Amino acid sequence: MSLRKFISNKTIAALAVILTVFANTSAFAQEAAAGAAATAAKKPIDMFPIYKTAAFYTLLFLLLCLFIAIVGKAMRVYELTREAQDKPAGINWNTVNGVLFVIFLIVGLYGVYFEYTVHGKMILPDAASEHGAKIDQMFNITLILTTIVFIGTHLVLFLFSYFYKNTGKRKAYYYPHNNALERIWTIVPALVLTVLVLMGFLTWRSIFYKIEDPNNKPLNIEITSQQFAWTIRYPGADKIVGKKNYKLITGTNSLGMDFNDKDNLDDQMAEEMVIPVNKPVRLILTSKDVLHSFYMPHFRIQLNTVPGMTSYFEFTPTITTADMQTKVNDPAFKFLFYCSKICGSGHYNMQKVVRVVSQAEYDAWIVKQPKFINNDLRKQFNLPIVPEPAAAPAAAAPADSTAKAATSAPAVAMNKPALKK
Amino acid sequence: MSTITLHDTHNNDHHDGHDHGHHEQSFISKYIFSQDHKMIAKQFLITGIVMAVIAMGLSILFRLQLAWPDKSFPILETFLGRWAEGGRIKPDFYLALVTIHGTIMVFFVLTAGLSGTFSNLLIPLQLGVRDMASPFMNMLSYWLFFIACVVMMSSFFIETGPASAGWTVYPPLSAIPKAISGSGLGMTLWLISMVLFVASQLMGGINYVSTVLNMRTKGMDLWKMPLTIWAFLLTAILGILSFPVLVAGVVLLIFDRSFGTSFYLSDIVMGTQVLPNEGGSPILWQHLFWFLGHPEVYIVIMPALGISSEVISVNSRKPIFGYHAMVYSLIGITILSFIVWGHHMFVTGMNPLLGGVFMITTLIIAVPSAVKTFNYLATLWRGNIRFTPAMLCAIGMVSFFISGGLTGIFLGNASLDINLHDTYFVVAHFHLVMGSAAIFGMLAGVYHWYPKMFGRMLNEKLGYLHFWVTFICAYLVFFPLHFLGLDGVPRRYYAFTEFEFMQKWVTVNIFVTWAAIVAALAQVAFLFNFFYSIFKGKKATQNPWESNTLEWTTPVEHIHGNWPGEIPTVYRWPYDYSKPGAEHDFIPQTVPYSQTMSSNMPHDFEGNAESERIQKEWEEKQAKEKAILD
Repeated sequence: MSLRKFISNKTIAALAVILTVFANTSAFAQEAAAGAAATAAKKPIDMFPIYKTAAFYTLLFLLLCLFIAIVGKAMRVYELTREAQDKPAGINWNTVNGVLFVIFLIVGLYGVYFEYTVHGKMILPDAASEHGAKIDQMFNITLILTTIVFIGTHLVLFLFSYFYKNTGKRKAYYYPHNNALERIWTIVPALVLTVLVLMGFLTWRSIFYKIEDPNNKPLNIEITSQQFAWTIRYPGADKIVGKKNYKLITGTNSLGMDFNDKDNLDDQMAEEMVIPVNKPVRLILTSKDVLHSFYMPHFRIQLNTVPGMTSYFEFTPTITTADMQTKVNDPAFKFLFYCSKICGSGHYNMQKVVRVVSQAEYDAWIVKQPKFINNDLRKQFNLPIVPEPAAAPAAAAPADSTAKAATSAPAVAMNKPALKK
Repeated sequence: MSTITLHDTHNNDHHDGHDHGHHEQSFISKYIFSQDHKMIAKQFLITGIVMAVIAMGLSILFRLQLAWPDKSFPILETFLGRWAEGGRIKPDFYLALVTIHGTIMVFFVLTAGLSGTFSNLLIPLQLGVRDMASPFMNMLSYWLFFIACVVMMSSFFIETGPASAGWTVYPPLSAIPKAISGSGLGMTLWLISMVLFVASQLMGGINYVSTVLNMRTKGMDLWKMPLTIWAFLLTAILGILSFPVLVAGVVLLIFDRSFGTSFYLSDIVMGTQVLPNEGGSPILWQHLFWFLGHPEVYIVIMPALGISSEVISVNSRKPIFGYHAMVYSLIGITILSFIVWGHHMFVTGMNPLLGGVFMITTLIIAVPSAVKTFNYLATLWRGNIRFTPAMLCAIGMVSFFISGGLTGIFLGNASLDINLHDTYFVVAHFHLVMGSAAIFGMLAGVYHWYPKMFGRMLNEKLGYLHFWVTFICAYLVFFPLHFLGLDGVPRRYYAFTEFEFMQKWVTVNIFVTWAAIVAALAQVAFLFNFFYSIFKGKKATQNPWESNTLEWTTPVEHIHGNWPGEIPTVYRWPYDYSKPGAEHDFIPQTVPYSQTMSSNMPHDFEGNAESERIQKEWEEKQAKEKAILD
C-alpha cells in the first residue's frame, strides 16, 4: 500500500514536473513576448544588436537543450513508475514511430504537391529552341515515370512501416525469396529504362549529329571565355570565323586572331548575342584560360569551353525575345547565357544577354557591329592601313575592347566595396 | 582453400590470444597505435565524426552566405579574419568552403568514416576471425588517414587559403595559382592529403579483401556471409581497382603544378601572359578523376546498403528478401560502376559518341539499384518491425536512396543532362542519394553496432529525436534545390545577387539555410548521446537486438582475439528470423541444424542427402509420436 502510495506520488511528481516545465516555458514566452513588445514600443532599435549576437542564439539553444533534458527526465520518471507498478511501458515507441511515419507520409505528399505546383511554376519557361522542345518532352516523360515510382515506393515504404510494426502479438512471415517476383521487378525497370535510353540516345544523336542543309547553312558565332567575361565574334560577310592562335594574344588582340588569314578581316565583335529566329546557329566555343561552361538554359544548351580544344553546338532558336516576353508576361524578360563551371572568384557573375530577333532586325543590327581589325593591328600584321571611312569603327574597336575588359573587372570588383560595409 | 588456412589460424590465434592475456597493453599500444581491429574501427569512426562536424560547420557557413548575401555576421570575422572581412565571406573563401566541404564529406567521412569503421569492426567479427589479415597494415591505414585529415585541415592556416577549385579540382583552375588563390599552397596540401588518403584506403582495402577471402571461420562459405560483408568486400575491391587511377591523375597534376609539365594544360593565356604549356588536355584529368570518382560514389553507398540490409532484416525480424538477388545486384553495381564515369562529362566536350555509350551503361545501373529497393520493401512486408533508432535510420536510408536515385535517371540521360549539368539539380541529386542516404546508412550502423563497439547502449529517445529532426530537415534542405536547378541556377555561385531571375530563389535559400541550421543542431543530440553513452550509457547485453550474426556471440568486454575460446563454427545463413517451427524468432548462425529439427526446411540442406535423410527420419518419428498421442 505504502509502495503504491509512493509510486502514485511519483507519478504526480512527474506530472508536476511536466506541468512546471510547460508553465515556465509559456511564462517565459509570455514574458519574452511582453518584453519584446515593450522594447519594441519604447526603443525599437535596442533589441536588434542582441538578435545579431551569437551569444543570444547560443543561449536560446541551451535553453532548448535544457527543455529537452527536462522532458527526457520526466519521461524517464514516468516510465520507471510504470515499471515499478508492473504496468506495460507507458509510451509504446513502436506505435509512436509508426504513426510518425504515416504523418510524415501525408505531410510529405502534401509537401511534394506544394513543391511541384509552387516551385514547379518558378522554373524555366518552355524551351526556345528546336532541340529544346524534344528535351522538354523527354523531361516530362521522365518526370511522370519517376514521380509515379517515387510516390508508389514511398507509400509502400511508410505504410509497411506502419502496418507491420511490432505489436508483440504477431510473428513475422518467413519469406526469404520469390523468384517470380524478383524477375518481375528486374525486368520491368529494365524495360522502362530501355525505352528511356532509346529515346535519350536518339535525342542525343539528333542534337549532336546534324546533317548540314546546303540551302540553310548555320550562322557561325564564336564564343571565347576568359576569367570572368565572354567575347562574342561574328563571322562577317564571308560567314567564316577566321583562324586564331593563342600565342598572338596581346592587349590589342585579345583573341589572338591571325590577321594574315583573310577570313579574319571582316570578323565583327558584339556586346550581346543577337540571332535571327528560326535560323540554325552554330556556336564555336573556346576558352582562353581555365574551363568555363557556356550555359544558355532557355535554349537547353550547355557545353564546356576548354582551353586548347574547340567544341561546337548547333541549334535553332524558335522564339524571339519579344514573343517570350509576352509568353511569360514579363516585359523585362531577357535570354541570357552565363558560366556554369566553377572558374574562380567571379564565377557567379559572368553573363551576356541573348536577343532573338527577326531576320530583318538581325540584318539591320549586324551591319552596325564594329570589326576586330583596326589600324594598330594592321600595322602589326603588315597590312595596308585603311584611311578615314573605316577608321571610325576601327578606332572604336580597341577602345571598345579595353572598355570591355574594364567593365568586366569592375563588375567583380564592384562587390568588394559592398562587402566592406 | 579457406579451410586449410583456417585450421592454421585457429591454432596460431589461440596461442596468440593466450599470450596477450599475460601482459597488460600500454595506453599507447591500446588506444593510439593499436593493431586491434575493434580499436581501429573506433578510431576511424571518431575521426570520421569529427571531420563530419567540421564539414557540416563549413556547409553552414556557405549556407549563411547564400541566404543572406548582403548581411554581415561580425562573428565570422572573429573566427575567419581576413576571409570574412566585415563579417562577410569573400568569394574566394566561399569556393574554398564548398571545395573542402565536398572533399571532407566524400573522402574522409563517407569513405574512410563509413567503410573504415564498419569494415574494420564487422569483417572479423561477423566472419569469425581473430583480427585482420595484417593488423599492422591496418594500423598504418588509420594513421595515414589521420595524417591526410591533418594535412587537409592545415590548409585553413596558410595565407592563400585552402584549395578552392571544387572537390573535383578540375585543372587548369587547380593547376594555375594565378587563376584562384586557393590553387597555391592550399592545392598542394590537398594533393598531398589525397595521396596519403589513397594509400590509406589501399592498405585498408587489401586487408579487407584478404581477410574476407582467406580467414573466414569454419562453415562460413561465401553464401553464408551477411550482406554487410558482401558490401564491404565489393567496396574494397572497387577501391583497390579505382583509387590508384586517382593517384595517377594526382601525380600528373603535381607534375603540372610543380615541375612544368603539360599533361592537363595547353593553349592557356592568363590575362595577356601566354603560358608555355602545350599539348595537354584538361579532359584527361576528368577521365582519370571520374574513373575513380564514379566508383567512389558506390564506394560510399554500398556499405550503407549493406548495413541497411542487415539492420532492416534484424529489426523486421524477417530474412532479407532475395539474399542472392541482393548479392548479385551488388556485384552488378560493382562491375557497372567502372563503365559509367563518362556521365559526369556529357557536356565537357567529350566526343558525343561516347556520351551515347555512357548514357546506356548509366541507365542500366539503375536496374540493380531498383532490385535492391524493391527487396528492401519486400523485407518490410509482413514483418514484425521494431523501430530502434538504427531501424529508423535504415528506413530513412531507403527513402533517400529512392528519392535521390530517381533524379539520377534525369541526369544519367545525356540529353536531359545538357540543361541540368552543374546546376542545383545535381547538388540536390547527389546530396540525397550519396550524402543523405550514405550518412543515414552510417548512422544506422552506429546505432546498431554501438553496443558492440562500446559495450553500452545509446539512449533510444535521443536517437528518435535525432532521427526525426535530421530526416525531415534533410528533405527540407535538398528537395527545394531541385527546382533551382530546373530554373537554370548553376551550382557554386557565391551569390544570387547578379541575376534578376535568381532573386525569386533567395527566400527559398533562406528557408533551406534555416532547415540546415536546425539539422546541424539536431546533430548535437547525436553527439551528446554518442560521447555521453561511451562512459555513462546503459550496459549492453551480449545480444541486445537478438541478432543472428557472429559478432553477437563475442563477450561484451572486448578481448584481443574476439572470442575467449574456440572460434565459433557457422552452420547456417545469417537470416533465419521468424522461421516457422523455431522456438525463438531468431536462430544464430552458430546453431546447427541438428538442434532445430522442428524448423528445418528442405532447402536448408542444399541437397545434402545424409542430412535430408536424418531430417526425414525425425519428421516421421514426430508424426508417429503425434499419432500415438492422438
